[in-house]
Amino acid sequence: MRPMAQVAMVMNLDKCIGCHTCSVTCKQAWTNRRGMEYVWFNNVETRPGQGYPRRYEDQERWRGGWELNRRGALKLKAGGRFRKLAGIFSNPRLPEIKDYYEPWTYDYKNLTDAPLGTDYPVARPVSQLDGKPMKIGWSSNWDDSLGGAPAYGDLDPMVERTRQQASEKVRFAYEETFMFYLPRICEHCLNPSCVASCPSGAMYKRAEDGIVLVDQDRCRGWRMCVTGCPYKKVYFNHRTGKAEKCTFCYPRIEVGQPTVCSETCVGRLRYLGVVLYDADKVTEAAETPDERDLYEAQLGVFLDPEDAEVRRAAEEAGIPFDWIEAARRSPVHALVSKYRVALPLHPEYRTMPMVWYIPPLSPVVDALTETGHDGEDADNLFGAIDTLRIPLEYLAELFTAGDTGPVRASLEKLAAMRAHMRSVNLGEDPDPAVCAGVGMRPEEVEEMYRLLAIAKYEERYVIPTAAVGDAHRLEASALPDTCSLDTDGGPGMGGDGPFGQDSGRRRLPLVPVENFHILRRRQTADDEREV
Amino acid sequence: MNVFLWGVLPYAAFALLIAGLIWRHRYDRFGWTTRSSQVYESKLLNIASPVFHYGILFVLAGHLIGLFVPASWTQAIGVSEHAYHLFSLYGGTLAGVLAVAGIGILIYRRRTNAPVFRATTANDKVMYVFLLGALLLGMIAKLSDTSGNGYDYRSTIAPWARSLFTLNPKTELMEGVPVLYHVHAVVGMVLIALVPYTRLVHMFSAPLQYLTRPYVVYRSRDPRQLGPRPDRRGWERAGS
Repeated sequence: MRPMAQVAMVMNLDKCIGCHTCSVTCKQAWTNRRGMEYVWFNNVETRPGQGYPRRYEDQERWRGGWELNRRGALKLKAGGRFRKLAGIFSNPRLPEIKDYYEPWTYDYKNLTDAPLGTDYPVARPVSQLDGKPMKIGWSSNWDDSLGGAPAYGDLDPMVERTRQQASEKVRFAYEETFMFYLPRICEHCLNPSCVASCPSGAMYKRAEDGIVLVDQDRCRGWRMCVTGCPYKKVYFNHRTGKAEKCTFCYPRIEVGQPTVCSETCVGRLRYLGVVLYDADKVTEAAETPDERDLYEAQLGVFLDPEDAEVRRAAEEAGIPFDWIEAARRSPVHALVSKYRVALPLHPEYRTMPMVWYIPPLSPVVDALTETGHDGEDADNLFGAIDTLRIPLEYLAELFTAGDTGPVRASLEKLAAMRAHMRSVNLGEDPDPAVCAGVGMRPEEVEEMYRLLAIAKYEERYVIPTAAVGDAHRLEASALPDTCSLDTDGGPGMGGDGPFGQDSGRRRLPLVPVENFHILRRRQTADDEREV
Repeated sequence: MNVFLWGVLPYAAFALLIAGLIWRHRYDRFGWTTRSSQVYESKLLNIASPVFHYGILFVLAGHLIGLFVPASWTQAIGVSEHAYHLFSLYGGTLAGVLAVAGIGILIYRRRTNAPVFRATTANDKVMYVFLLGALLLGMIAKLSDTSGNGYDYRSTIAPWARSLFTLNPKTELMEGVPVLYHVHAVVGMVLIALVPYTRLVHMFSAPLQYLTRPYVVYRSRDPRQLGPRPDRRGWERAGS
């Protein structure tokens, strides 16, 4: 056993209203620079839909992730080491920017500078790639909320697969549609195929917290990681010529703050916590022959932090005490391993993703209510899960490689929770058979309810800091010790270098807007005066 | 002049190459990249880029063989002078044609595709002049003398090139060499000097270590940047 710690995320899709606040705040924090105009480290897709970049799940085309070779061992779907080096001069599987969308801005200046005339001046869209006027034809969420679904919906690769399995279960006629939102960030996989694809060795998984990062000084722009990632969550900065990706907001995680997308999530649907896993078992689990067993195999990689032996091994492996304690209180561990309501996104890519999802039950409840039935009655709900219009098969293609069993089990637990809590809230005697039917005790269901529905800040985000011993310096300020004018690229160091504007050593300016404790108090205080 | 071109310039180019690489590695690792434009346009690039790169690699190999393998060595393994020159002529021409065709398409693409052209810096343009110049001049010099065995550079240019390593350059060997070869050699040396200061620097990051390293790379945080203070000097911790 070789325990390692990973900071992981769970998203409760039931609560996502598709407001894109996570995407916008992430964009403001990380990708509001030139060269990254088209990049969304966090994006919210409407499913069914093509996703961003378009049809990224079509791995026959993009060749992302791992597959098994004839001997049953893992190999990169885009080709092994020799093939990568022989083909390094171009990457035929690289998505072009137009597969994401052509970024644009508007000619705002025309609004004030246009000559006097009878026409009202307009701000025309201007391409950010070539600076010319353009016609906007696609964006990161063009098909938001099923926009254009009759025309584009059939292009969703998961719709295609669902139709092969269960014909005609997915329809785009207005009365028969279903939809839900799927927020996506980098999965920070246990078996990352982007890291394995990087010829330069610039990408790495951090040993302390499992965050997958790109070393900007070592990246040489070979672009293999973009192809290697089946979720297409590594992006090419077309200005600097380097790969960039979701950082899991590691500067925030290190001081115990949730990621920007989690912090700003209006629906409070994101959970952050530590999971312990056995690094020795990762490859073995990823080599599970049947795709449909990969979900169970990944559960088998996680270690139970309540187990004394695991805790001892973790301590010997150098995992700090507060991390082990955080793993015990981890909401991610609870939702993934204890209640088993969260499922991984596309386990069939064999990368062991670490951002998991609780499948959405709400469309089922809403549809039931619309037909005049009691949407929270346990019997109605259980019957509806199989037959109603959010096809289990579609969810299963997303979360369990097509196996409807775990999806149904998860939805049934959520349905049982609704029925049980309704009885509690109405002062009725809860029917013990409802909880027993999904294999849970009433107390467990109530705990799960607290975590999912009440979702207190401290319970959603259980993040140990990177450095308790050094907490003082981290809290006081993340400002550099020296004057920011002194650094390369600071103000006063203007002008372009000889290699273009993005060359040279630059440090990200680290400026804390507010003190950690003030922020914490503001977020968690129940009373305004406490702030 | 002769001494400057064939006794000073080679060393200056080499010194600029080494100094530039060290300087760039020390101060501009962030700018050390291929600066790929594939995300703008990949259809032409997918054909032209491998053609050019494989062509230029063969050209490089041909120069290494031609300049640094003495005629006596090839004769020792039983390759006649005529056979060698035929190989040099056809092999070299093929490699050169590949490289020129590749770079031709790439420059056409760079000029006609608006986003790619917009991403082209002045530095790139200077580099293209010397790279294309060196390639074309080399082709012309090679093909301008097709009589018999072609120009016998193995008795003039090659010994001069080898004499550079002994720090005793035999500049007099270069006196009778056709002027086309002179120009090609000078442009080539300038190109070598330019490598670390342009995007060509990516040739020095050929990722051969990828063949041997484990697939998944783990790294720890740099303790100097952020993280727990190292333990103070003192007694060992109990239980360790």
